[in-house]
Amino acid sequence: MNRYRWRTFVLELVMVAAAAMIGFPVYVLVNLAVRAPSDTSSPIRPTASPTLANFTDAWRQAGLGGALINSALVTTCSVLIVLAVSALAAYPLARATARWSRWMFLLIMLGLILPFQLAALPLYQTMRDLGLLGTVWALVLFYSGLQVPFTTFLYIGFLRALPREFEDAAAIDGCGPLETFRYVVFPMLKPVTVTALVLNAVTVWNDFFTPLLYLSGGTQQTVPVALAGFVGQYVSEWNLIFAALVISIVPVLVVYFALQRSIINGFAGGLRG
Amino acid sequence: MTVAEKQRTSRPAPPGARRGRRGTGPPWWFALPALVLFAFVVLVPSGRGVYYALTDWDGLSPDWAFVGLDNFIAMLDDPTALQAIWHTLLIAIAITVIQNGCGLLLALGVNSLIKSRNVLRVFLFAPAVVTPIVTAYLWRNLLGPDGAVNSLLAAVGLGSWQQDWLGDPQLALWSIVAVIVWQFSGYSMVIFLAGLQSVPQEIFEAAAMDGAGPARRFWSVTRPLLAPAFTVNLMLSIIGGIKLFDQVYALTGGGPGHATDTLSTLIYKDAFTLGEFGYSIALAVVLTAIVATVSTGQYVVLARNERAAS
Repeated sequence: MNRYRWRTFVLELVMVAAAAMIGFPVYVLVNLAVRAPSDTSSPIRPTASPTLANFTDAWRQAGLGGALINSALVTTCSVLIVLAVSALAAYPLARATARWSRWMFLLIMLGLILPFQLAALPLYQTMRDLGLLGTVWALVLFYSGLQVPFTTFLYIGFLRALPREFEDAAAIDGCGPLETFRYVVFPMLKPVTVTALVLNAVTVWNDFFTPLLYLSGGTQQTVPVALAGFVGQYVSEWNLIFAALVISIVPVLVVYFALQRSIINGFAGGLRG
Repeated sequence: MTVAEKQRTSRPAPPGARRGRRGTGPPWWFALPALVLFAFVVLVPSGRGVYYALTDWDGLSPDWAFVGLDNFIAMLDDPTALQAIWHTLLIAIAITVIQNGCGLLLALGVNSLIKSRNVLRVFLFAPAVVTPIVTAYLWRNLLGPDGAVNSLLAAVGLGSWQQDWLGDPQLALWSIVAVIVWQFSGYSMVIFLAGLQSVPQEIFEAAAMDGAGPARRFWSVTRPLLAPAFTVNLMLSIIGGIKLFDQVYALTGGGPGHATDTLSTLIYKDAFTLGEFGYSIALAVVLTAIVATVSTGQYVVLARNERAAS
């Protein structure tokens, strides 16, 4: 309603207060990250003489450069693979009416329900036996399979609503199914591809449990694992740790603020079912 | 039928029609790559997991014995495991109620005509994309005995409210819940917002003209139309809460003692610090059973609600 201007003002204040609650931890994070370890003043007091030394130290000692590259590599590779195989798989599942497609669909629903912890240990053993433990490729393989049910589910939902005239026209023009998919169907899937890309990328980049299992203590680490190792090593040197935390969230936040409209819409749209 | 009609119906069908539309669907083998990956990473290991839960496998040696339901029976006598199950459920329910409550309030606020709505939406959602392990380490420091939270309380004169937020067995669990609510309320908010914004303005105006005050408008108009958003949000938070690992690991490691151990942390610890793979997978089976029960139960109940509200 357009009335109640003073009520809206109070609401505005409340919302800003809520945003401040979000901002307070960030303030402390940056405040302590730029503070020299010898400075023991209260964490909420602004740092008197800020320094950037923590960042260079943390970067070196936590191996954040390598970790960022590994995370980027794992995320990019797995997301590309997942999108490709899931879109391809969703195409016959959305169009076919044969019995096998219903079984496949049930299998996908099963995949959505099974928590990763159940498969985690046997898969860990398999990775170990294949010699993939400690490498990023174990993770790429893992996410490529793990994210299939969810992503295929997203694509099926979207594909079912697409009109078939374009595919029929392409078939009449002599296109085989693969060409039809590549030149006609997949371009039409752009909105759900964006959603799937955002959701998968965020999930893979932020994942911790499986990388902890596969990469802990090794030379190839993703960012979450590197941070956990760093915290374990420098347990009470919070200034250093905070600097590492700041470095690790900068790429994510930069991408987020640059693309926030797509990202937020991706989350909201993709998850509405 | 007349002879003429019989002749019409017995005319041969047009060529090709008898074999059905040719080249109708995409070939089944399009789904093969996805299926292979999915089977390799999820299906086969899960099946093996269920099998290993019935053994005393230690993850390394090739000699292990089939022990039937011994692991599960041992679980019933293991207070740590039983407590972990309780903590898992408690955390999941607490998160679902509190986070969605906050998310709903935030969504209602952002959806109103206040000036700062777009900026607020972006900032309130931002924590949800940050790596959970990062926010957990941050809060581990903030909630420490000399951390920023206690300092802030002292600074505003509420010094008596200071606590050892993560070290006190009574409080630690709720501190974990608070951290997660802080991070993901914006997430719930976004989903509720999407639901709210799909409600056409005319309905609100019609209700207002009929004399409904804001509370009544919310209860009778907004709430039923938000049913799909509720479904999604409740599903996500409960399942996410049950599977939770990162934050507990980083904030308390399951401690103090076992005060905050959940099924996920116990699974990790039993396998990798105690080498009890068989028992650990049995815990994972219990986790799966809980998730499956909750998912299907919730789906049934909420789908019914959605139908009733539409």
